[in-house]
Amino acid sequence: MIVDAVILIFLAVGLLFNTLGVVGILRFPDVYTRLHAETKTTTFGTIFIGLAVVVYGVSRLSGSGDGEYLTFTLHTIIAVVALAFTNATGAHAIARAAHRSGQRPAPAVVDRLAEVKEE
Amino acid sequence: MINHDYRCEHEGIEQYVPGDDVIPFIPTAVFAFAVYLLLTAGGGDLGVWSPSELLMGAVLAVIAAAVSRNFFCKNRDYRMANPVRWIILAVYVVVPFFIEMAKANVDVAYRVITGRIRPGIVRMQTGFTTDLSVLLLANSITLTPGTLTVGIDEETNDLFVHMINIRPGVEEKSVVDTGDINAWFRFPAWIRRIAE
Repeated sequence: MIVDAVILIFLAVGLLFNTLGVVGILRFPDVYTRLHAETKTTTFGTIFIGLAVVVYGVSRLSGSGDGEYLTFTLHTIIAVVALAFTNATGAHAIARAAHRSGQRPAPAVVDRLAEVKEE
Repeated sequence: MINHDYRCEHEGIEQYVPGDDVIPFIPTAVFAFAVYLLLTAGGGDLGVWSPSELLMGAVLAVIAAAVSRNFFCKNRDYRMANPVRWIILAVYVVVPFFIEMAKANVDVAYRVITGRIRPGIVRMQTGFTTDLSVLLLANSITLTPGTLTVGIDEETNDLFVHMINIRPGVEEKSVVDTGDINAWFRFPAWIRRIAE
């Protein structure tokens, strides 16, 4: 009963932040600020969805003692770690590619990277 | 630039040290075997692994290590073989990193709703020397409040960071410090303990 409630809360938090990421993509003005919204919120939201899966797996594991649920839980943890790493690296790759292809941050108070390139 | 890099690598290979090809094999094989064990836990009756899985994992770890040892231990730098560094890394990810990440999400949610942004790209001094620590810092600050790594100066290991809300005055500095990001925890100090 408590486990079900915890799983529901984790899923709700995860979906809330993933939704905020989508709203951020729609509302922010240029590619860099959109990446801000998208990488942080989707990573955090998906960590919570992964946590819901882990709680479910652990509760079933302690109930049944079936090894399948241990595999299930560990695979979810590995997937979440891989997601956190690749999300940050992917965001960096997209931002770098955007800057190299001439996409300047549209509202910006300063752009040191462009200054370095011009030298 | 490309020619210069190639020459540096080439010189590195020419300085032959006995055992230089064998030593990278061991950490790579151990790491591959550990990952295999993690992926297959719960599949058998011997503890949580089955004997055939252990044998297969060992064979695959040896093959993977033979193929990828020069990539995995490119700099012949074995400081990450120290388990204390892995423990600090785990503590770092669970406590300061996760708290900063939660804060970053509330911050982004606030900016998504209100639209109050003051973006720009600044140059940030890191003072790190190893690739791994620069990678950790770059990835950490991409997932934490208001910062996104756009580029790296490969000679000085300085990061070019896109900040979503630059505090007035910070954009005047040609090189900002890691203290200018809005973090409660000091990431560079943690990362120095892990990877320097």
